[in-house]
Amino acid sequence: MTDLLEMTAAQQAELVRQGEASPAEVFDFWRGRAAADDLGAYLWVADGPPPEAGELPPFAAKDLFCVEGVPSSAGSRILEGYRPPYTATSVRNLQAAGAAVLGKTNQDEFAMGSSTENSGYRPVENPWDRTRVPGGSSGGSAAAVAAGSAPWAIGTDTGGSIRQPAALCGIVGMKPTYGAVSRYGMIAFASSLDQCGPLTRDVTDAALMLRHLQGLDPCDSTSLGIPGEIPLPSDERLDGRRFGVWGLEEEGLEPGVADVVRATLATIEELGGSVEEVEMPSAGLGLSAYYVIAPAEASANLARYDGVRYGPRSAGNGDLTAMYERTRHDGFGDEVKRRIMIGTYALSSGYYEAYYGKAQKVRTKIVEDFRAAFEKVDLLVTPTSPTVAFKLGERTADPIAMYLSDYFTVPMPLAGTPAISIPAGLSDGLPVGFQIAGPAFSEARILEAAYALEHAIGFEGVPVLR
Amino acid sequence: MIEREQVLHVAKLARLSFSDEEVDRLAPELSKIVDYVEQMDRLDLEGVEPTSHVVELQNVLREDVPRPSLPKERALEQAPDAADGGFRVPTPGQVST
Repeated sequence: MTDLLEMTAAQQAELVRQGEASPAEVFDFWRGRAAADDLGAYLWVADGPPPEAGELPPFAAKDLFCVEGVPSSAGSRILEGYRPPYTATSVRNLQAAGAAVLGKTNQDEFAMGSSTENSGYRPVENPWDRTRVPGGSSGGSAAAVAAGSAPWAIGTDTGGSIRQPAALCGIVGMKPTYGAVSRYGMIAFASSLDQCGPLTRDVTDAALMLRHLQGLDPCDSTSLGIPGEIPLPSDERLDGRRFGVWGLEEEGLEPGVADVVRATLATIEELGGSVEEVEMPSAGLGLSAYYVIAPAEASANLARYDGVRYGPRSAGNGDLTAMYERTRHDGFGDEVKRRIMIGTYALSSGYYEAYYGKAQKVRTKIVEDFRAAFEKVDLLVTPTSPTVAFKLGERTADPIAMYLSDYFTVPMPLAGTPAISIPAGLSDGLPVGFQIAGPAFSEARILEAAYALEHAIGFEGVPVLR
Repeated sequence: MIEREQVLHVAKLARLSFSDEEVDRLAPELSKIVDYVEQMDRLDLEGVEPTSHVVELQNVLREDVPRPSLPKERALEQAPDAADGGFRVPTPGQVST
């Protein structure tokens, strides 16, 4: 069964369909791989083949997805031991399609971070170089797929938390259009930005997973689903496709990353596509707006963790308010506290207009940037991350340096538009991600272009799998 | 620049308690982040409408009929201190020294 390790999820599903492997055999193989993980990618691994194991191979779910009876803590000590009484719609959709939950993956606490070092439990190591971060916040999901301890995984993306770790671990990660996938049962960070999506070995698996994930859900009034079925991509040409490039002149972009992106632009032209530069005059200020909007929404969403309904409680001095404050002091990590403080400050009396009101206007400007760009081109391309995977500990002392990791991925959630990151090559032996973004609900178009490039690039997987 | 007093005020609003050392560390950290986000001032935002939600949504109505929901026992079973069919908490305003 070791050849399962070399197969994509779609290939494994085909094996099961042909009767050459049983769902239980496939599940057991991956359960063994997940249990043997030593990168810190998992916080919990399933112990036996569950009844929903069907045609599709099992998937790893970021810890913030609620799964009934299974520890779901969003990587935070404040939810340590929490076992939800219900299951997230996205997880249920995959279960209904015959994919079982393999395990819960490590993440930055409440998805706040770009390196998974803000996990309340332990950091995750990058399988390409164990002294480096896997990116974040879905770092456990990305590392598990890259290292072959999960065939595929789901994560969430609020400012880049699927795409950036996918880039740093050399796999595919996609953030769908806001509303494509239900948020019901996802432990919330910033509700107007959070979106669930796939982390996979290749583009076809991303399409296959998204097909099952997406859909309107009466339990999430912001969910819409994607019109029509997501087709599995098959076209290896890009004839007539117009690509707009943004960000190659940005300060802080590593030369090695820029080289891989330029080589990929040349590949686009070889495949029949055209490439032109696109102006995104406001997108560079996306991070500034993001670090008002996301913390503001988080400060409200995280008000519920008060030691009353779930999670551990710290005693305080016998007074209710003191109990709240003590529980929150002990349960939240430093970055989460910083963001609650920033968000509360930005929403407090006298500052609302100067910060939150302004950030919402910047958001409008960014939406306009995308609208103008997509009048000229079909797809927008950028580096996914300005750098390759950085060293563990390198940016933990400087929050702003950490935030800059999401420079190219933050504008899309602010505009609600979809984007994918595919591995495009190596710089100093570490993977470089290439980001392809499109207008709302253009997932099929993005996946087609990603597929064509994937085949032309021929990126070879993680060293441990070779 | 965010001063110590502001940190303490915001912490109170957010129901977070900090030690003196933590407050000393937070004041400059938060100031740096606030300085960073003030780069928004580089854009001319005169007359720009705010965006709070990116996708056009329509109000959805449904019949208001009773449906089964989470049983009370299940809703209580994750609580650190459940008693008598409810969540037990310390009495508000009872500060013992």
